[in-house]
Amino acid sequence: MIFPLRPDLEIVAGWIAPGSRVLDLGCGEGELLDYLRREKGVRGYGIEIEDARVVSALRRGLPVIQQDLDAGLRQFGDHSVDTVVLSLTLQAVHFPRDLLLEMLRVGREGIVSFPNMGHWQARWQLGVHGRMPVTDALPHTWYDTPNIHLCTLRDFDSLCRENGIRVLERVVLDDRRRSTWANRLLPNLFGEVALYRCASGS
Amino acid sequence: MPSAIPEDSVGLVTHQDFTVQDALALECGRSLPGYTLRFECYGSLNAERSNAILLCHALSGDHHAAGYYHEEDRKPGWWEHLVGPGKPIDSQRFFIVCSNFIGSCKGSTGPASINPGTGEPWGLDFPMVTVKDWVRTQATLADHLGIHQWAAVIGGSLGGMQVMQWAMDYPDRLRHAIAIAAAPRLTAQNIAFNEVCRQAIMSDPDFHEGRYYHFQTKPRQGLSLARMIGHITYLSDDAMRRKFGRETRGGKAFSFGFDADFEVESYLRYQGSSFVERFDANSYLYITRALDYFDPASGFDGSLAAAFSGVKAQFLVVSFSTDWRFSPERSREIVQALYTAGVDVSYTEIQAQHGHDSFLLPIPQYMAVLGAYLNRVAEEAGA
Repeated sequence: MIFPLRPDLEIVAGWIAPGSRVLDLGCGEGELLDYLRREKGVRGYGIEIEDARVVSALRRGLPVIQQDLDAGLRQFGDHSVDTVVLSLTLQAVHFPRDLLLEMLRVGREGIVSFPNMGHWQARWQLGVHGRMPVTDALPHTWYDTPNIHLCTLRDFDSLCRENGIRVLERVVLDDRRRSTWANRLLPNLFGEVALYRCASGS
Repeated sequence: MPSAIPEDSVGLVTHQDFTVQDALALECGRSLPGYTLRFECYGSLNAERSNAILLCHALSGDHHAAGYYHEEDRKPGWWEHLVGPGKPIDSQRFFIVCSNFIGSCKGSTGPASINPGTGEPWGLDFPMVTVKDWVRTQATLADHLGIHQWAAVIGGSLGGMQVMQWAMDYPDRLRHAIAIAAAPRLTAQNIAFNEVCRQAIMSDPDFHEGRYYHFQTKPRQGLSLARMIGHITYLSDDAMRRKFGRETRGGKAFSFGFDADFEVESYLRYQGSSFVERFDANSYLYITRALDYFDPASGFDGSLAAAFSGVKAQFLVVSFSTDWRFSPERSREIVQALYTAGVDVSYTEIQAQHGHDSFLLPIPQYMAVLGAYLNRVAEEAGA
């Protein structure tokens, strides 16, 4: 059975060249890889830590490697794939900068998406109500969340600048996962999820 | 189906012998003047001959992977948990072959067999056999069975080494390779354990330089000790603690002597002495040596990835968290090399308490992983 891709994954898929090699970090049940393989003839590997998701990805016939992203990507050679994808997982790893740099070592390009902490709803909940934000993109309470490294678009931009990471393309989606004039004009305020296509500067 | 045998078993099985009269040139440079392989089959081969699976057994294993020999048989095959109707290695979908290897004592030609040149058991005159030789003879068996390409070759521990050798030596003859609790080569520590086991056997006064058959005896103490050492390394510290703790036998007080006071001692002694009844000491020497020698990277300047460069099969590599004899780290080396060689590889590390022996046990996540992977193998095979 073929399900439509999540809108953010559709944008990721659009950035990936047909027939290329892809490493999908935190691949979940492998919906993106499955799509890429079927629709674009991509050769891909998924990395996933959770037992049940690994089984689901295997059931789909995807090559999936069970591994903790916090252990790094040491075993993957330099530029051994075309693109490394990290979809809505950056905020949950222990060393986001290290992982980002590793992604750009292993892949010629990296695609990263993350929830934007600068979104107006998050600002409203923190600024006006004085509470840690709980939104569609960040649905967890502060004491029970996998998300330990939250950032805004501006934070991410400065991380890229300071680490010589080139941003090749960026798409910002609103709370209904659309790209509209509002979040194009004020992305850090109206963007709920940001997607970046990057490469190493050197 | 007899009531004593569970319904999810392949049921009553018998072994078969496949004998080759031609001389077999071995990796060591010597040759065997013909040989026999003992094997079992479960399930049925489909018309396309696309649903065959080969199981490769480990050090003390044999061809009897599943089922029972008779209705009162209390002990099923060594992989009964995984092999059978509706089980991960499903005998309703696959034609499953498990072959014993040469050098063994379980019905295939080995050091206890008669050397046709002398009319006496081979003993240590038996030529050294390697994983490569085993795989070659299994390929000859596959020819005999009319199987050009296995849907999958599956094995744990030493069986996992055979799986890798299959993928390297016969890239067109298997579509999937499942290497469980394996290693790309033994570490020094691992060879050291094997050496202590071998020394235990060879220093037994009843060893007679391997000619103990002639004296109607066998190196019981040595082989038993070898098995005890092996057994300790197959279990995790935790598993032993859970299973035995410091319990004394029957809760008795210390004897203040050297009898088996502790449960763990009595367990090991039992394991050792029962092993002696079912295993030949010379086979133990030969098979541990084959383990030591296995090192496919050695022919490629130490590059395992280069050794895997011709591999066409897709791989599933499985390790167990508490396995310290063939640790997850060793499996990750295999995965890294396969990835570097551009092979489609999946890897999972199963959280399990039982150390190396976990590969024999029905651990739910392990069963789910194999079931999911093999379901797809079956679908591809039209089974």
